[in-house]
Amino acid sequence: MSEWLKVCTLEEIPRLGARVVQTGKGDIAVFRNAGDEVFALKDKCPHKGGPLSQGIVYDRRVACPLHGWSVHLDSGEAVAPDKGCTHRHQVKVEDSVVYLQV
Amino acid sequence: MKRARLVMVGNGMAGVRTLEELLKLAPDLYDITVFGAEPHGNYNRILLSPVLAGEMTLPEIMLNDFDWYRDNGITLHAGKKVVEIDRARRRVVASDGTEAEYDRLLLATGSNPFILPIPGNDLPGVLAYRDIADTQAMVDAAAHYRRAVVIGGGLLGLEAANGLKLRGMDVTVVHAVDWLMERQLDRNAADMLKASLEAKGLKFLMPRLTAELVRGESGRVCAVKFKDGDEIPADLVVMAVGIRPNTALAEAAGLYCNRGVVVNDTMQTYDPRIYAVGECVAHRGVAYGLVAPLFEQAKVAANHLANFGIGRYTGSVVSTKLKVTGIDVFSAGDFMGGAGTEEIVLHDRTGGVYKKLVLKDEKIVGAVLYGDTVDSSWYFQLMRDGKEVGEIRDHLMFGESHLGNAGHQGQNKAAAMPDEAEVCGCNGVCKGTIVKAIKEKGLFTLDEVRRHTKASGSCGSCTGLVEQIIASTIGGAYQPQDVKKKPLCGCTDHTHEEVRKAIRENRLLSIPEVMRFLEWRTPDGCASCRPALNYYLICAWPKEYQDDPQSRFINERAHANIQKDGTYSVVPRIYGGVTTPAQLKRIAEVAEKYHIPTVKITGGQRIDLLGVKKEDLPKVWADLDMPSGFAYGKSIRTVKTCVGSEWCRFGVQDSTNMGIELERALDRMWAPHKVKLAVSGCPRNCAEATIKDVGVVGVDSGWEIYVAGNGGIKAEVAQFLVKVKTREEVMEYTCAFLQLYREEARYLDRTVHWVERVGLDYVKKRIVDDDAGRRALYERLLYALQDERDPWAERVRGLAAAEFQPIKFYDKDSLSGDGNNERMAESVHA
Repeated sequence: MSEWLKVCTLEEIPRLGARVVQTGKGDIAVFRNAGDEVFALKDKCPHKGGPLSQGIVYDRRVACPLHGWSVHLDSGEAVAPDKGCTHRHQVKVEDSVVYLQV
Repeated sequence: MKRARLVMVGNGMAGVRTLEELLKLAPDLYDITVFGAEPHGNYNRILLSPVLAGEMTLPEIMLNDFDWYRDNGITLHAGKKVVEIDRARRRVVASDGTEAEYDRLLLATGSNPFILPIPGNDLPGVLAYRDIADTQAMVDAAAHYRRAVVIGGGLLGLEAANGLKLRGMDVTVVHAVDWLMERQLDRNAADMLKASLEAKGLKFLMPRLTAELVRGESGRVCAVKFKDGDEIPADLVVMAVGIRPNTALAEAAGLYCNRGVVVNDTMQTYDPRIYAVGECVAHRGVAYGLVAPLFEQAKVAANHLANFGIGRYTGSVVSTKLKVTGIDVFSAGDFMGGAGTEEIVLHDRTGGVYKKLVLKDEKIVGAVLYGDTVDSSWYFQLMRDGKEVGEIRDHLMFGESHLGNAGHQGQNKAAAMPDEAEVCGCNGVCKGTIVKAIKEKGLFTLDEVRRHTKASGSCGSCTGLVEQIIASTIGGAYQPQDVKKKPLCGCTDHTHEEVRKAIRENRLLSIPEVMRFLEWRTPDGCASCRPALNYYLICAWPKEYQDDPQSRFINERAHANIQKDGTYSVVPRIYGGVTTPAQLKRIAEVAEKYHIPTVKITGGQRIDLLGVKKEDLPKVWADLDMPSGFAYGKSIRTVKTCVGSEWCRFGVQDSTNMGIELERALDRMWAPHKVKLAVSGCPRNCAEATIKDVGVVGVDSGWEIYVAGNGGIKAEVAQFLVKVKTREEVMEYTCAFLQLYREEARYLDRTVHWVERVGLDYVKKRIVDDDAGRRALYERLLYALQDERDPWAERVRGLAAAEFQPIKFYDKDSLSGDGNNERMAESVHA
């Protein structure tokens, strides 16, 4: 599917933070890191389904608020030695507007 | 650009660890070439004993296989022994003629087993116990022969003997002195160890000096002859009488050696291009044979090879454990004692427990533990820190964790636990799982075990057990972490104390400033250091520092407690636990209006509304119209009270109002960890004040103040601080104590951990003895808290609105919602 959804402006996502996008297919977490890179993951930790959007963002990772697993924002993979993967969504920023593929 | 060439001689654990550390710091700095005399990658030498015992196989103990070298672009010459270092031309030459030139050279040649200079020491069937080849030879011998003699009753000898016995051989240990492991154990512990090993079927001849190994008809060794003329038959002789640093190559190259290749604190030899690490090294006159110090050396050497130039190795205090299944032995320091020392001893021969602590000037200088080693890390830490133990000597012998630990059925002897016994009650991790992970993944430290298994990673109450399991699995390779020097997190080498000092002395006013100033290794820290830094800045610069919500854990960012399903809980402030019918009605109405599924009374006498959706939080707060109870923060939580003299026929003080006053004064106080208080109106102590961070107990003549109690993971009774007369004094002492805790404890220390570290005497000196200092602390806390605003009220007014508003997007046909924080998402076709 190549439908891009216009979600919000870059400024509406806190730097080193995230916003939750509620869709008919479940919540998606859209993250912004210190370098203004934007990532989108299904808002469920591969461990016990914790909301990753609520975690602390650092570098290109987020630490899940429930049990402290860390997840790579760019791949959705859990940081070793933990194992697991959460679904990744395509996301892009054009003219400071964030677009997402659901 | 052409890269510098780094050549490493020796392919063992210390050397390869250096490369691993180096690759982490500077992955592209060098072209790396490694020479190893053995035809393998790097393996876990510590686990040769389990291989010999048949508990593990060789592939399982590989730490770095050939793929690792290839993946990291390292040229490995396995099976090629370097025979010459040409320092003038900066190249090394191997026995087969292979040469490699270097810009920097790293020597990690390890050690050689010492072979007794006696006739017959080179006969077939006579082995040392050092590497894979020796181990394999022993395994082969065990399959074909019956009688084994191990010469040497030290650590290595006993492990070899145990392994051969498990392989079915008839094993006799010959030892030159009359007690085993005499370098590590005193007579009592050695006797108990010998008895246990005899029960396992080992035989001992000691003291016996070996004179000769006798050649049999087949050419193979057939007997061991002693100096007293006795002789015993032997088909296999293993010499385990010690190791010597392997310095031959360095000495031939003219490097200064003195019982090891001599290095300075940066692991540099007398040739500035040449570094050395591991068992071949003599640092400040000491050659180490245990893995933990060698890993510390590796870290320092890597730092300098990476041109960072900031690490120093200043030597290690080491301890010893024996890894023979089912036997727990620990020893450290001056375990024999002597002039000027005193001993505390517990000896239960039938129960199989022996503990001896050697004290000098009220400090632990040595320890031997047999049978129950659960407190070994604690004793070791006290010893290494040189901590005065006078205050706690009456219960020192009973250990750190004998009381009140929950979550693992009160177990304190790891060796006695079956594999399927649960060690970590938080994460459901069994002993067998931990042992398996240590062996299969090559883990060495508590942190690694936590990362891989999660054991002891949550509440931490089973840490002592997990440490014991690591110790009994990898033996002397395990060294408890030096808590005093422990860096704040993996992003920095600085300790909590150093970071706080830098913040104060250099007026650092933001997290990025701190990270820049202290040269953080990561761009924006991690989930461990950012909350700590945020707190340290809040504490150091009240009113000035701009709080960073993105560096707070979600609970403190959302001012509510996240639950397992992603909803939140709301606990309004009810000062002293005293409420009104009107308040209760309002709470009830809010619970109904927002369909809050669970309403519960908390342990701290408050009301908890559980299962609130995040986007409802500001509305719930607005309708409650009560301040935040801070039940989610590293902050003041509650002041629990009993009814006191206002109603109770036994009450002698008005504890309820004292509690309310305290809770009002401390409202909105951030702290290193949560802070709980209680006030009881008489010594019956119905508010359970003696398990709180600060507990106040009313007596007829005034108030008693207790500090540093804890009712959680580890029940800890609060200690008496002072008795005062007036309510004003209760306020001043309590606030001063908490401000001292705020200023000096490490982030995530409860008061109990902090007081345990600094000692109650220190706290008394600052709070009880120093009137001016106490008042200054009190003033500083009042200043920090004055004008702090209620976070719920601020958010009701619209602060941080985006935090609570999801961006709602539904299919265009089914767009719905209450329109309040709705956003029409546009869809665009690319």
